[in-house]
Amino acid sequence: MIELLLTGLGILAASGVLALLLGRWSRLANVVGATGAVAGSLLGFLPAWLTLIGGRPESASWPWDVPYGSFSIELDPLSSLFVLIVFGLTGLVAIHAAGYLDLYHKERSLGVPWFFFNLMACGMTLVAVARNGVLFLVAWEVMSVASYFLVTFYDERPGVLEAGRTYLIATHLGTAFLFVMFILMGRHAGSAASLDFAAIAGTIPESSANLLFVLAVVGFGTKAGFMPFHVWLPEAYPAAPSFVAAIMSGAMSKLGIYGLLRVLTLLPVLHEWWAWLLIAMGVVSGVYGILTGLAQSDLKRLLAYSSVENLGLISMGLGLGLLGVSTGTPGLTLLGFLGGLLHLVNHALFKSLLFLGSGVIVRATGTRDLNQLGGLARRMPRFAIAMLIGCIAITGLPPLNGFVSEFLIYLAAFTGQMRLGTGASAGMLLVIGAVTISGGLGAVAFTSLFGIAFLGQPRNERAANPAPVGWLLIAPITILAGACVAVALFVLPLVWMLLPIVSEVAHWELGGILQVSGQATQPLSAVTLGSIALIVVSLGLALLRLALLAGRRVTQAGTWGCGYLGPTSRMQYTASSYVQPAVDFFAPVLLTRTRLDAPLGLFPRRAMMVSHTDDFAKEAIYRPLFVSVEWVFVRLRWLQHGRVHIYILYLGVTIIALLTWYLSTLPPG
Amino acid sequence: MDLATIVPPLLALVLSPLLVGIIFRTKAIFAGRNGPPLAQIYYDLRKLMAKGAVYSDVTTWIFRAGPIVSLASLILAAFVVPFATCAAPFHFQGDLVWFAYLLAVSRFISVLAALDTGSAFEGMGASRDVLFSALSEPAMLLGLAAVARQANGATEAELNLSLTGIHQAIAAAEWGGSWLVFVLVAVALFVVFLAENARIPIDDPDTHLELTMIHEVMSLDHGGPDLGLIVYASALRLWVFGAVIVDVVLPISTGYVLLDVLWSVAALFLLAVIVGVIESVMARLRMLRVPQLLVGATTLSGVALVLEYGGRLWISPSN
Repeated sequence: MIELLLTGLGILAASGVLALLLGRWSRLANVVGATGAVAGSLLGFLPAWLTLIGGRPESASWPWDVPYGSFSIELDPLSSLFVLIVFGLTGLVAIHAAGYLDLYHKERSLGVPWFFFNLMACGMTLVAVARNGVLFLVAWEVMSVASYFLVTFYDERPGVLEAGRTYLIATHLGTAFLFVMFILMGRHAGSAASLDFAAIAGTIPESSANLLFVLAVVGFGTKAGFMPFHVWLPEAYPAAPSFVAAIMSGAMSKLGIYGLLRVLTLLPVLHEWWAWLLIAMGVVSGVYGILTGLAQSDLKRLLAYSSVENLGLISMGLGLGLLGVSTGTPGLTLLGFLGGLLHLVNHALFKSLLFLGSGVIVRATGTRDLNQLGGLARRMPRFAIAMLIGCIAITGLPPLNGFVSEFLIYLAAFTGQMRLGTGASAGMLLVIGAVTISGGLGAVAFTSLFGIAFLGQPRNERAANPAPVGWLLIAPITILAGACVAVALFVLPLVWMLLPIVSEVAHWELGGILQVSGQATQPLSAVTLGSIALIVVSLGLALLRLALLAGRRVTQAGTWGCGYLGPTSRMQYTASSYVQPAVDFFAPVLLTRTRLDAPLGLFPRRAMMVSHTDDFAKEAIYRPLFVSVEWVFVRLRWLQHGRVHIYILYLGVTIIALLTWYLSTLPPG
Repeated sequence: MDLATIVPPLLALVLSPLLVGIIFRTKAIFAGRNGPPLAQIYYDLRKLMAKGAVYSDVTTWIFRAGPIVSLASLILAAFVVPFATCAAPFHFQGDLVWFAYLLAVSRFISVLAALDTGSAFEGMGASRDVLFSALSEPAMLLGLAAVARQANGATEAELNLSLTGIHQAIAAAEWGGSWLVFVLVAVALFVVFLAENARIPIDDPDTHLELTMIHEVMSLDHGGPDLGLIVYASALRLWVFGAVIVDVVLPISTGYVLLDVLWSVAALFLLAVIVGVIESVMARLRMLRVPQLLVGATTLSGVALVLEYGGRLWISPSN
């Protein structure tokens, strides 16, 4: 089984290199890269699926010359879930990318993006299956650097290189924390002198568990996108091509969560305050993420902030599960972890759907600005249905999959507030409030997205006549929409598959989980029944209306609008005006800046209003921090004078200092 | 299945338009008029269902789906809410979240149907409605959380996060020493009730000025059977939400199903009269004040929940 996985990885890597070598024949490189990605994904998908539905974990290990390193990988339920997500999305996104990139085959070499895309997929898979710290870090770096090159695909456009630089710096800052974490983990490994997970799992002292957890949260949280480490997301995702944003948001940020879960399985104890940290970060990310998101009129920035919000929900679910473990509340553990994991899977599905959809919109209309779009549902009806499914799913409404995972998180929070002591119950109040308000504000954001872009009248020439988009770009979106519906209807088998993962992360044997599994499966089966009932009743009412209207006059006319006879597309609400009540209400916490040139005089001439919402963490935390760091380093500029002989003096002084220090640490005699 | 469980949805589906009629009558009496007959909405529905339809050429199938999905979700909500010590036919652990989100589905699709027309008025109503509902949902869920916790001892083995379970637990017990929690939750739920159903002081259902409309304007372009479905859906929403409030506020059980049903129906009619009175004596709040009112309701729910945690001493041992 694991050989299949390695073969899949091999095909991915080989096709990437081959595509790179085929530089000048761009169309061929495009086909080679895409086929390799799809084939590799299919091959790798199978062993992960088989392990998840009840296969035995398999491992393989080869020695590696790197100190502390070994090429050891294992496919256990936790890893196979993420391998499944990575390969599933890689295959679908590759199909979309093949169609998307084809337009550029004359002016760009398409082998380069395919090389980095396939390399990134290999990196992501190795991160998910690695069982050695060095291998993990190498794969993590490969993943990050390859995605940097994909993010800067349009490097001639203004702002893209700067966004890529922000991303690169942010991910390396996070990785630095991971380096420190792994080094600390390996310190007590004893004579094994290796960072194999199996070796370090038993040797970590309890006293360093807290520090390791904090390092893990910062390091993995940067990749996942928790606030306040999320600042690269709203820069990188709009700058990157949409398919890159889809795979990054759908698969790569989930690997941040994977890392956190894997570290939890390695640590010897689970403290309660860790759960509260995760819950607190989840609450802040969830509420503030969607709040900043709904104020954006750039389609992809909105989706990026929505990713932050959903990562917050996942974090809340996992935090609740962790709280259950540390307080000994089985129901809370099960519901929290299940909710978090299920929301992770769901988010991978509907967020990649929405990002691929944004790629189609950009290709068809040439703009990402919601205020320029409109009326796409009339012009691209099937695509609009798939996007509607995505929007309903991400808002967390029945009958789709987003509701199921949010329902589990609600159940966890309600269970917590019933079972836990007074202080913890107050925290549950916060969680319930946060999930509710993030759901409500999510409804604002996604009715805005779908309503402004797809409904009403087009606000722009290009939106009125969208360019035809190939089926290659739309087919994966349809498949993902179908997957959202499938997960909603078949949630119970999916829950059975996730139970072993809960057992692994919560250090809880499967038998104990199965005893309380009724707390999750009974409500879920009722929810599934209710969702089906909702669809059936809607269809029934539709038939009723059809029967009523049969034989009667049904005509079409202009929009009545209470008798206003001349509506134009400019009179409609735009995205900015649609969210204005919400933005106004939350103005004290949102950094929305408005520049207004009001019309003066009796006959108004020039008038202008521009508003944009900046990211709070970026403006209030990072910008002052980096400005002060720069101030310090400007003061040290005098060290860089350019005289070579003084540089050699620096070298000499440093060597003498290091020698002295080393000699002083040697034992006497 | 217990035959009594058919009572709540049956009553909801049949009697809900009567509530609207009662509100109209109350307002008319206050204004010194006779007012329309109590069964006016039934006549309206009969008239609307007999009509043809005119659709805007800007709209898509979503406009046509709006009233249908909205009514479907409210019908399902009617099957989840218990009434008068009868259990709801479809109840399960966590169905209060399901109930809240069914109402959210109804809102979502009506907002999309409104935006589909491409008219500025509908966009205006939609944008106000989504904010107000985003702010009123926490009030509802936190209030229900407080009531749920009240209805269960903190250490019971069998949790009941279901509206039916809560209703039966409260019906079996007295309000006792925790009357404050119930009052706070009832007030908060009442404010949410007014917000969800577009009543004064959040929205004026009788206004003719589109610029001041919220819910009315979202159904501006609907006509014929579609409008009939919308009118019926809003009546159903009134009943269903009112039933939740009556369940929380009136835990009376006499042991005879018929008496309980009559009592609860009378309480619901009284609620409608109260709404009519409020609509007659108050004006609508300024649009800027409405979110503040909803946040106030959320705070009341939060306070009720906090009282729950700290006030265990106040609850009589029989709970």
